[in-house]
Amino acid sequence: MREIIKSFTVSIWFMFLTFPIMVIKVNTIEKTIEWRWERLIFVGIGSFFLSFLWRYLITRKESGIKKAEAGEEIKQPLSQRFFEDRRLFFPALGGVIILTVTFPLFFSSYQTNIMTNALMYVMLGLGLNIVVGLAGLLDLGYVAFYAVGAYCYALLNYHFGIGFWAVLPIAAAMGALFGILLGFPVLRLRGDYLAIVTLGFGEMIRLILENWNKFSFGPSGIANIPRPTFFGYQFSFDHSFIYIYYLMISLTILTIFVVNRLQNSRIGRAWIALREDEIACQAMGIDIRKTKLTAFALGATWAGMVGVVFAAKTTFVNPASFTFMESAIILSLIVLGGMGSIIGVILGAFIFILLPEYLRAIEEYRMLVFGAAMVVMMVFRPQGLISNIRRTYEFRSSKKQ
Amino acid sequence: MGKNGFVKVLIAFTLALTLTAVTFGTGLAADTIKLGAAGAHSGDLASYGLSALRGAEYAVELINKKGGILGKKVELISGDDVCKPEVATNTATYLLSKKVDVVQGHICSGATKAALGVYKDAGIIAMSPSATNPALTQSGDYPNFFRTIASDDAQAKLEVDFALNVLKVKNIAVLHDKGDYGKGLAEFAKQFIEKSGKGKVVLYEGITPGGMDYSAVVQKVKRSKAEAVIFGGYHPEASKIVSQMRKKRMKTIFISDDGVKDDTFIKTAGKYSEGVYATGPKDVSKNPMAIQANEAHKKKYGADPGAFYLNAVASSLALLTAIQNAGSTNYDDIVKALRTKEVETPLGMIKFDERGDAIGVGFSVFQVQNGVYNELK
Amino acid sequence: MDWLYFLELFLSGLTKGSIYALIALGYTMVYGIIQLINFAHGEVYMIGAFTGLIVASILTLLGLNTLSILLLASMAAIIYSAAYGFTIEKIAYKPLRQAPRLSPLISAIGMSIFLQNYVMIAQTSDFMPFPSLIPDFEFMEPYAHIIGSPELVIILTTMVVMIFLTVLIKFTRIGKAMRATAQDKGMAMLVGVNIDRVISMTFIIGTALAAVGGILTACHVGQINFYIGFLAGLKAFTAAVLGGIGSIPGAVLGGLVLGLTESFGTGYISSDYEDVFAFTLLILILIFRPAGILGRSTTQKV
Repeated sequence: MREIIKSFTVSIWFMFLTFPIMVIKVNTIEKTIEWRWERLIFVGIGSFFLSFLWRYLITRKESGIKKAEAGEEIKQPLSQRFFEDRRLFFPALGGVIILTVTFPLFFSSYQTNIMTNALMYVMLGLGLNIVVGLAGLLDLGYVAFYAVGAYCYALLNYHFGIGFWAVLPIAAAMGALFGILLGFPVLRLRGDYLAIVTLGFGEMIRLILENWNKFSFGPSGIANIPRPTFFGYQFSFDHSFIYIYYLMISLTILTIFVVNRLQNSRIGRAWIALREDEIACQAMGIDIRKTKLTAFALGATWAGMVGVVFAAKTTFVNPASFTFMESAIILSLIVLGGMGSIIGVILGAFIFILLPEYLRAIEEYRMLVFGAAMVVMMVFRPQGLISNIRRTYEFRSSKKQ
Repeated sequence: MGKNGFVKVLIAFTLALTLTAVTFGTGLAADTIKLGAAGAHSGDLASYGLSALRGAEYAVELINKKGGILGKKVELISGDDVCKPEVATNTATYLLSKKVDVVQGHICSGATKAALGVYKDAGIIAMSPSATNPALTQSGDYPNFFRTIASDDAQAKLEVDFALNVLKVKNIAVLHDKGDYGKGLAEFAKQFIEKSGKGKVVLYEGITPGGMDYSAVVQKVKRSKAEAVIFGGYHPEASKIVSQMRKKRMKTIFISDDGVKDDTFIKTAGKYSEGVYATGPKDVSKNPMAIQANEAHKKKYGADPGAFYLNAVASSLALLTAIQNAGSTNYDDIVKALRTKEVETPLGMIKFDERGDAIGVGFSVFQVQNGVYNELK
Repeated sequence: MDWLYFLELFLSGLTKGSIYALIALGYTMVYGIIQLINFAHGEVYMIGAFTGLIVASILTLLGLNTLSILLLASMAAIIYSAAYGFTIEKIAYKPLRQAPRLSPLISAIGMSIFLQNYVMIAQTSDFMPFPSLIPDFEFMEPYAHIIGSPELVIILTTMVVMIFLTVLIKFTRIGKAMRATAQDKGMAMLVGVNIDRVISMTFIIGTALAAVGGILTACHVGQINFYIGFLAGLKAFTAAVLGGIGSIPGAVLGGLVLGLTESFGTGYISSDYEDVFAFTLLILILIFRPAGILGRSTTQKV
């Protein structure tokens, strides 16, 4: 009974809350008011039932936390168990490999195209993950490096006719250079001060691209950027999508490999130490300046490379593609997937990029659902879909000793 | 999640992919003519894309009522591109996977350029009701592109000529909103003024779109002693600038483009909109087809149609009629039909020139008089 | 030196800065207490403006006079914004109080996307004209070419609100509780502060201020749509950090500095790079004072 009263209160509250926006629509020109009372009833009934569900899920989540605190049967994270159990891991890995390799053969070029998109975000996510997930530096302007990469290809190709493959390493280097450029002034800043400066940096790059017509051709952008070639061979239109798809697959595998190696290297451990405690890290004799700068540089490298693929794939760049919202999306996907975890980032990228595409059916409501999904997922899995592998790894190894 | 949760997720994921792929992949056989309608149907420019989509809907209804074309019904497939180039290529491949025959779109010039690359290689014709960037038709890069709206340079020329020759002003301030459309237009305006030798650009500046206050720029205009302002951009910014100029008791003439020639501008700027000049497509309020189209919109949605509605009706009709005239959905035949045979549309009788610009779609100057835009002859 | 021009730019910067400051106050209060960048704050500002518009239109139809419409519409906007702020905290942030630091931030971004689309679908995607509810005062007429009445009202309101807030935080019981919670949540709880209530109160006051900003700005620019909150929120966030996030006078100072920089940058150089000036200034200030102009840099305890 108490539950019902609670839900009833909630539903009354929401009816009150949504009353002006949902029910009343004024037409200021013809001076008429439209009352849409039926919507109020929907809101009331909807929130009445949703509040039950909400409370049930919250209690479940809280009891889970309590259990963990009481030390009762600490479950290993899912991904951890998965990697341990080879009987599961290898067949699944094989399945994934077969699926990815044969994907373009079975699916339309549209499917291949959005898959490529998702892979691009996997790479971006992995790059940002170095800065945010490993080194713990909140970067809200990551899109700037993406833009640097894209414009690098567009401009070098426009002025000097340099091809895709030659620009790829140049763009990576440019990304790293800009990463260091951003890194220098923010060495002393912490947490949210860092966040706003990186945000400002991202916006500045975009504004410069918008305003400096002689350099970047301004907001009308650069068109007719060639698609990548294969040892000088230019693919036909349909095949070029498949080619870019395989190209992205190989780049993603390269990224995963490198990031994974980095994570377990000396510098990777320094990043994690930096994330956990800056002062203790310094006390251990780690050069904080160098560590921070390498994090920015190595994170930005990947964005520079994906930028080139972006320019080659859309064959057109303009500053409108590199807004703050893009940075927010990349950040969201790594937090949602689980910070610091490679599998998490991959999963996050697939959900974030494919969800809006598959939601095309409910066109008008797709961003509404998207936003709500972000809140709900964060509330019920604040640590991300896949929580950090590293912590459990350390825990287990200490048990063995 | 259970013990094998991850595998389950993987399997479910694969299944979901296959399912969606199947549903997306299986377009019906070619028993309909498919018209794609691409543009921003969500996001901050949604109002432009949605009004164009409604135009396409109306045109398709009209054709189907008459029994379709080549004995087939016309089917409309919409695709949202949020006016972003990278999404536009996805939208374009999405429409291709649905096996569209022709495409109406896209809405923004940037997105259009990105998508045209895809359409060109696939041999699909695209016709935009709203993309005004001159390069689209003048660069020769996009032979598959047509449009039912005049390009930025034509509009800028009209604005400048009007200011210099009709209003006889000398000192002009050129402002823009830093956007693809606004800045392009402003640059042409600046060029034309300088070339004419009759006037001077005393101020050339970009304002930040969505800003809360433009009084600093307005003060600058005042100090520059400009007699007229030519603004390239959309109506939200225009109405803020005009209001703030008038509130500061400035009588500077305000001339703008078809992004401002929108009734919403008069509504938001209110009494301050009086006397503002804007260029826009020729007045078609007496064209019977336009009247019909507008009435149909009012009946269906209970509101006046948005900015590019009539252009969209026109471009959809032009495309579909061209298929009828060509007798097939073959690329070359349609292009030939578009260039040679005139089509009756709400914008008048139109056909297209070699570059893809519509012949017969004219622009004229309007002025806000007593709360409505009146065409100046 | 053209002094009149200077004065005009100064006043326009002051107006802009005051608007930033009003929104930044809410940002800074929330941040001060739970160290969360509330990205949905700009959206509450937008909802405040929409509520104000709806109420004002109804009252106009009923034929009330401008002043009472302004007061009643503002009241409604404040009440509704506060209610939204309260609810957003309960849904999107409260369950995440123990979560990793970035999770509430993402939840806030999600909330912001949701609210934007909610208003777009439930109301309209078009721009709506907003009636100019602030009358033109007669005594201002001789100065109308320099500063208008709405601008004057905006500047004065910001000053009053800042003084009110400072008094509230310095001298009242709830203010004391807020300061205690901001310093050390655990300790505050031990000495009997109801933390949940204090956080709720902070959200209510902060979002109510956003509503005031929303109404005043809407009167000033004369139009609103569902997207106005985004840029406003971004600028206010910048202002709050500039002044030292968590500090009330800092937010106002930050807002004013930001507004003046943009105004003078536009006036003497070019508005093409308006935002670039703002962000460059921000970076410069943060290099030399890493905790903002008025922020106290805390020494890290090990």
